[in-house]
Amino acid sequence: MSSYGQVQVKNGRYKFRGDFHRLEQNMPIRDADDNWKLVGVTKPRDMTYVHTYGGEAIFFESLSQGKLLATKCENPACESNGSIFQPFRIHCPDCLSKNTVIDMTDVAKKTATIHTYMVCERSGAFNMLDKPIRFINIEFQGVSTILFSYLLVGEPQIGMRVVPVFKHYNPTYTILDLSWAPAGTQLEALPEGFGF
Amino acid sequence: MIKFSERQLKTPKFMRPVYLVTAGQSKYARAIPEKRTEELCVDALTMAAEMLNLTPTELKRYIHTCYYGHFADHFGDQLLGEAVIHDRLGLDPLGNIGVKSGGATGGSTLWEAAKAVASGYSDCVLAMGWERMDEVPTDEGNFLIASAADRDWESPMGQIYTGYYAVMAQKYWQVFGKAEASFRRTLAEISVKHHDYARFNPFAHGGMKITTDDVLVSPMVADPLRALDCCLMSVGAACAILCDEPTAMELTRNSKNKPLRIWVTAGSHTLRPADRRDMEIPLLPHEAADQYKDLAKEFPGGDRYPGFTGFLAARMAAYYAYHMAGITDPMEDLDVIELHDAFTISDVQTYEDIGLRPYGQGRDFVESGDCYHKNPLTGRPGRLPSNLSGGLIGCMHAVGASGIMQVFEIATHLWGRWAEIHSDEKRWKEFGREKPEDWTDLQVKGAKRALSISHAGVGSHVTATILMDPDHLLKKDA
Ligand SMILES: [Zn+2]
Repeated sequence: MSSYGQVQVKNGRYKFRGDFHRLEQNMPIRDADDNWKLVGVTKPRDMTYVHTYGGEAIFFESLSQGKLLATKCENPACESNGSIFQPFRIHCPDCLSKNTVIDMTDVAKKTATIHTYMVCERSGAFNMLDKPIRFINIEFQGVSTILFSYLLVGEPQIGMRVVPVFKHYNPTYTILDLSWAPAGTQLEALPEGFGF
Repeated sequence: MIKFSERQLKTPKFMRPVYLVTAGQSKYARAIPEKRTEELCVDALTMAAEMLNLTPTELKRYIHTCYYGHFADHFGDQLLGEAVIHDRLGLDPLGNIGVKSGGATGGSTLWEAAKAVASGYSDCVLAMGWERMDEVPTDEGNFLIASAADRDWESPMGQIYTGYYAVMAQKYWQVFGKAEASFRRTLAEISVKHHDYARFNPFAHGGMKITTDDVLVSPMVADPLRALDCCLMSVGAACAILCDEPTAMELTRNSKNKPLRIWVTAGSHTLRPADRRDMEIPLLPHEAADQYKDLAKEFPGGDRYPGFTGFLAARMAAYYAYHMAGITDPMEDLDVIELHDAFTISDVQTYEDIGLRPYGQGRDFVESGDCYHKNPLTGRPGRLPSNLSGGLIGCMHAVGASGIMQVFEIATHLWGRWAEIHSDEKRWKEFGREKPEDWTDLQVKGAKRALSISHAGVGSHVTATILMDPDHLLKKDA
């Protein structure tokens, strides 16, 4: 029996437990139009990567608690002083000083507006979202960047006011825990496990 | 707001003139199961030698360093694939290095190669690019391409790069295209033009005679973009040889190739469009300071620059290139161009970024007929024909090779060899393609100066390559 690979950090190092790859036999590739001559082989591979969020970990942890964190440059000597960054940037792109983490959940609830959007019928392998995916980019008052995310319910339009939706139940601890709904959407209209 | 310092805006300078002496390419196709990538690279280098009436062995004796453009290691399941190619080309123990910058990989490879000659490090260098995306199923291919987006903030959403790109297209479509049916038709005309020109290119695999209506009913990919608005996904290799002046003269002695002056510049912008901050529009030499003051009035919603509608990286690559080579107005100074038409709409965005038209007016480059080999409105030669190869929509997009394919194409016009290379019956037959009965000579008569733009994804990297006949320079000390 195999078990999914799990990882913890202990004493400053990764501790690995379970299976991080599975074995599968390769197969020949033959030419159906030319006497089944050998062309090549398949190379099956199934493995699990490990990845740190580093200084962004607090952002992903907070999504599961219904909070949208951003960062702000508070270096008085920086020409971008006061700039708020969403996506969350650990360091200011101008002065490289460590940004201050701020909670912008309220700003998002009050000012989030769709800057642009795209309804996408296609996806790649390992996609976890239902199709079509309603990609949106969101502007916020006082924020200097335009967050990329997806609309969980409703149909997007440029200029539409939206509010953040969080995956409270069974969070993935990925960016998928954050989505959006048109302002005024009732809680009952959200799929199970999601809330404002 | 982001600002540039004067030092950052310095006009780039080569320490000595750099020349393109020859180029070559393999056949391009959606899949080439019968050949390893190394074989395609050998095909490209062999062709480059033949263009000089040399054997590969003779040409190789001149090469001093090698620059290899190959974007997606994980598609080929081979790290250091460059070393494999280098060995199979028999170029060990020369110094070589791999170059990666997404869709701009081909252009970036030329950028590195040109600097190696300009600095004096090498007198003759090889720039070779290739890609193969035919060895995984489409959905896994989409997944692998999506890993060029931010792995925490973008790719988990659908694992579909087209979607990350398409939000930008949608913004341009609504703000500058005003979602007009007439603009949609203009986009379709670009697709028709590129598929049509590709019919006359034996290397191309997207040649088709289609109508705008065909484009408008092709399957929807991401509204308003349909399947025929999108570039191809291809396998193939292309190469170029860059030299200093004495080596260029020696190598071209027995050839129709006249050494061409080459300049390559580069710009960049955020990998995540979400990180873009507002700034003032950097102006090109022919643009006026107050030119864009009413832009937002004319195009409501167009008040953020570059926002999601302009490619700052393309503007910066053009800014550096025009100053470096002495171009004051690209429409006046250039004779033929190849742009990175990943999508019909990004072709239009690029017209504006590189100053063929002001921001907001890109569609006019098509609607005026300027972009055609023969202007359909006047029946006379187009003012600045673009993508006569068929571009990425009609010819190919074998990522690492694309930027070099473009330079191959514009160089053949400056060499006056376009017809010879594209009409060759032997080549059509060798590639297993039927030469169309209405094959047309697309040579741009008397072309002396050309430009190509190589572009990555959402605009993270863009390069501009300028070629000039050395007897028709615009600036003495360029
Ligand atoms: Zn700062």
